[in-house]
Amino acid sequence: MKKINICQVVGDDAKKTKGWIGANKYLILRRLSQLGILFLFLLGPWFDVWIIKGNLTSSLILDTLPLSDPFILLQSFFAGHSLAVDALIGGLIVLIFYLVVGGRVFCSWVCPMNIVTDAANYFRCKLGIKATSSGVSNKTRYWILAVSMSTAWLTSSIVWELVNPVSILHRSIIFGMSFGWGLIVLIFLFDLFVVKNGWCSRLCPMGAFYSLLGKVSLLRVNAKEREKCTDCLECYAVCPESQIINPALKGNNSSIILDKNCTNCGRCIDICEPKVFSYSSRFKKN
Amino acid sequence: MAISRREFFLNSAKLATTSALIATGIVSYSKYAYSIPATAIRPPGALKEKDFISACIRCGLCVNDCPFPTLSLATEKDGVAIGTPFFTARKAGCEMCDDIPCVKACPTGALDKSLTDINNSKMGLARIVDTEGCIAYQGLRCEVCFNVCPIRGKAITIEMKHNKRSGSHTLFIPIVNYDHCTGCGKCEEACIMEEAVIKVLPMQLVMGKRQDHYKLGWEEKQKAGGSLVSPDIEHKYNLPEGKQYDLYGKGLTDIKVESSLDNALDSLNSLNPLFNIKRK
Repeated sequence: MKKINICQVVGDDAKKTKGWIGANKYLILRRLSQLGILFLFLLGPWFDVWIIKGNLTSSLILDTLPLSDPFILLQSFFAGHSLAVDALIGGLIVLIFYLVVGGRVFCSWVCPMNIVTDAANYFRCKLGIKATSSGVSNKTRYWILAVSMSTAWLTSSIVWELVNPVSILHRSIIFGMSFGWGLIVLIFLFDLFVVKNGWCSRLCPMGAFYSLLGKVSLLRVNAKEREKCTDCLECYAVCPESQIINPALKGNNSSIILDKNCTNCGRCIDICEPKVFSYSSRFKKN
Repeated sequence: MAISRREFFLNSAKLATTSALIATGIVSYSKYAYSIPATAIRPPGALKEKDFISACIRCGLCVNDCPFPTLSLATEKDGVAIGTPFFTARKAGCEMCDDIPCVKACPTGALDKSLTDINNSKMGLARIVDTEGCIAYQGLRCEVCFNVCPIRGKAITIEMKHNKRSGSHTLFIPIVNYDHCTGCGKCEEACIMEEAVIKVLPMQLVMGKRQDHYKLGWEEKQKAGGSLVSPDIEHKYNLPEGKQYDLYGKGLTDIKVESSLDNALDSLNSLNPLFNIKRK
């Protein structure tokens, strides 16, 4: 019997009962969110419509609301710079936002790298490349987070941003780039050929930072109807952090996925035919 | 899944080693990445380069608010720390907007908001780096840098000097004055030579530094409200022992101790006509 790769049949059952849109709802919404945010940033330089200025590290909406990335502000803090009020307010707004909607909502709904690594995953599945999950521990990212902060402190400058592909990609799309594409292509190839979800789920310190917010953030995915689970394993196949599902889906305690690494991408909700998963607050009693 | 203590330590060692390697790589790369070229000038109000790279988060808000094609964010090929704002004076100098929108836009204070008068900014300092190439030094009339200067007549002045080559003409020499030059770079942008002979250089490159022990007598005199040494001593060189100094002659030379024997020999020799011929 020909062994099939589970990722190639993911969502087939869900499509039958929920329809194509129903089985891809959150995926579509995420792409709209990612591209929409990018488009808003590009309206300025392309069409001279300045709804939002700057880029993801710091921006200004309609010349009034400041937003700043707390991850890079923390680097600046470790580099020894006492931050100005604008940046602190902007950072606080963003921090509170992600504490409500989920720390790694940044990763799955905003970050432009997600489109790149999702594409790598898509081709990895289509080409039937075996999922190697060993080799790089998913804890590496926390060590790299420590590296990004300690190097900032050691060199008194924001060094991680010299190599951070997330900010390089976003800034480059808006402000232009030369061979920065090389770095992005390398990460695509790394995710495609070397390690599944290698960048986002194992290495990226920005994701690690937002994971820390995810420890306490409010909005969660809930395996509320877990008794309806048919053990098809499709949610494990689509989840970028597949280790987080088991305690909620198969455990005896809360059915809420409380793991800090959950990106709230909602892909498990999409592809689950018996509709086990839904969004809920972390305090909900099942 | 429980792991043994041995496994835990091995895993930690593995990750710590990897992290240390990555950190070393990044720090070494940063040494190269932060060597800013002399042609890259930071926006007005930028903190000192060392502080700037800890404060600038590369958001590009200053670039967005710059009404001219002056500022841009560095890409990998610019040789400037990636994502930080800069301009190249030869391509487009700073237009010195009165309201300084780039400084206002900066959320982190990398561009210092205490700069409210653009005329007080010090983005760099213009210098005529090639006096041989500057045609004003050759006796030709140019004065383009003097005329495009936004603080005309102050930041660059024209000093008239005698043209020694022709003997009867005047050199109109442009002189950059530190007190007024903002480093906007309009002079470098406008310089008519194929390669600009007047260039704006970053402050950290162009500025020397005097040791503290150099006191300027006339300043100290003014501070003290009168001469510090009285009576004023006559000027003399403070020279190492056994040395003499002749400004217009041989410079610093040994003081020759002429022995009486030498003198006697000399006077004897002077009687010999042949000796005198040889000497001349």
